[in-house]
Amino acid sequence: MKKETGILFVSLGLIALVVGILFGSLGAFQFVYPDFLKEISFVKLRPLHVSLVVAWIFLCAIGGIYYYTNTYCGTKLWSEKIPKIHFWIFMVTGILILCCYFMGKFGGREYWEFPAILSIPIFISWILFGINYFKSAFKKVGNWPVYMWMWATGIVFFFITFSESYLWLLPYFRNNLIRDLTVQWKSGGAMVGSWNMLVYGTAIFVMTRITEDEKIAQSRLAFLMYFLGFANLLFGWAHHIYIVPSAIWVRMISYFISMTELLILGKIIWNWKNSLSDAKRNFHILPVRFIVASDVWVFLNLALALLISVPAINVYTHGTHVTVAHAMGSTIGINTIILLASAFFLITDVTKHEFTISQKKIITMGFWIFNIFLLIFWLCLIAAGIEKGILVIDDKLTFQEIMEKINPILIVFAFSGLGIFVGLIMIISPMLKATYNYLFQKEIKP
Amino acid sequence: MSTQTRRFIFWFLIALFFIHTSLVFTIGTDEDNGKELMTEDAQAGKLLYQKYNCTACHQLYGLGGYMGPDLTNMVSSPGKGEMYARAFLQAGTQRMPNFNLLEDEIKSLVAYLKYVDKTGTSPVKKFEINFDGTITQK
Ligand code: HEC
Repeated sequence: MKKETGILFVSLGLIALVVGILFGSLGAFQFVYPDFLKEISFVKLRPLHVSLVVAWIFLCAIGGIYYYTNTYCGTKLWSEKIPKIHFWIFMVTGILILCCYFMGKFGGREYWEFPAILSIPIFISWILFGINYFKSAFKKVGNWPVYMWMWATGIVFFFITFSESYLWLLPYFRNNLIRDLTVQWKSGGAMVGSWNMLVYGTAIFVMTRITEDEKIAQSRLAFLMYFLGFANLLFGWAHHIYIVPSAIWVRMISYFISMTELLILGKIIWNWKNSLSDAKRNFHILPVRFIVASDVWVFLNLALALLISVPAINVYTHGTHVTVAHAMGSTIGINTIILLASAFFLITDVTKHEFTISQKKIITMGFWIFNIFLLIFWLCLIAAGIEKGILVIDDKLTFQEIMEKINPILIVFAFSGLGIFVGLIMIISPMLKATYNYLFQKEIKP
Repeated sequence: MSTQTRRFIFWFLIALFFIHTSLVFTIGTDEDNGKELMTEDAQAGKLLYQKYNCTACHQLYGLGGYMGPDLTNMVSSPGKGEMYARAFLQAGTQRMPNFNLLEDEIKSLVAYLKYVDKTGTSPVKKFEINFDGTITQK
């Protein structure tokens, strides 16, 4: 039997997620107990954690895009070989990057700490991915639904922003700190925007399939929201660098654009008013449940993002754990939950596996444990961040004094990280079992 | 919304992006108050800062990990300074690893931190809040 490459990406992604969250939890404990796990210093654990979870986001999104374009979009993949090559480049580069981290070989920058040379295979595989996507998508007869636009945008802009993130290789950028930091966060902020395009596109795709309502992906509103998101990707990144002394207009444009996200917030509330009964009715369908949860997280994180985009609030929250709450809320609460929905959809679709009643019970329990601990985790970060901000700016305490004060909150934070990990294992293990059976061709027991 | 409108908005945004980007790369980030301190030593220090992944724990302008303090204005903070920084770099602490740095590397890292210090202020502690939610640094 020919195996789907999409599912290979997704299962490797799930493994990366579990290991990545494990490293993250260990790192959190190093924060509060300095002597914990001296063997792997935080300087290694942090990039291990970040790169693995970012790998998860990309693997699961890419796997979905390959499978969905090939199966559901009224197109066929231009090349079926490229996904396989892509997979192996990803795997080999990934392992090399992890080895570098374990050996303490860095040289890159925050979030891409590996030596710059390892970005070359990433560039190559992305170009192959892009060529394959566009060659396939342009064969489609009729209008692209919004999710195909979003995937196209995500693919192009990841390439652009990833290139920008290596401009530091040129002395013109590297030797002026203000330029260096501005460009780094321009690229970083927009890069997150571009993977969000891949992920949100996937969410809309999954909802369209489940409800069998193509209108969701063709409506004027869907496109307006997409363009609004796109404008924010392009111009709304400067809240990361409000305190970096770049030209004022750099920051003001971002402030203004960020506030347009209020419209997105409004749209979410409006939708809930109309679709609550649908959501209730379909809550038993696993992917729907995850999408509904991600909606709640979008709401919470967007509200937070809007607040910290106001310079007068940002001056307190910047450089504190509020920023981490923003990052974790978006990557775990939104991206991961949407991608888990997509993984459920894809795995059931490919393997034709039906989860047993007891498996479904475990997944449901995992779902609640995951979300509840994530909420505690998120609130702890916000609380710690606000306290730190006030202690730095109003009380002018020293670093050591501040760390001592916020330590109790960070202890709760570290333990809730473990809770997230446990919930995740409960959600993921049935999925991994199903893919294992499929990939290694065992008879699937009903 | 017709496909034509969709394409138009898309390309319009892309055009704005390229204009905006070229301005950000040039006049948007031209100011560099510490320029004369970005000596060859300091330039090497910047790369060492990346090589040893100091960012995992330290911030410049609030950007980076939070295990250690923000280093932007460390060298000019009261009671701290070059010798103080050297002590940390030579020995590490309970939380900060000892990187076994060579004397040259320490010199470069310190030179880089001296440059960073001159470029601006972080965290911003003295400011006024304006009616539109922006702030003015004092
Ligand atoms: C694993 C985390 C970690 C890494 C990596 C790290 N540091 Fe530190 N550093 C700390 C912590 C934590 C402190 C505060 C002292 C303490 O609590 O141990 C500190 C303190 C300092 C200080 C004194 C700052 C002050 O204001 O008191 C300097 C200077 C410094 N580090 C420079 C560096 C440089 C340069 C690098 C990279 C070569 C680096 N550190 C890498 C954790 C780290």
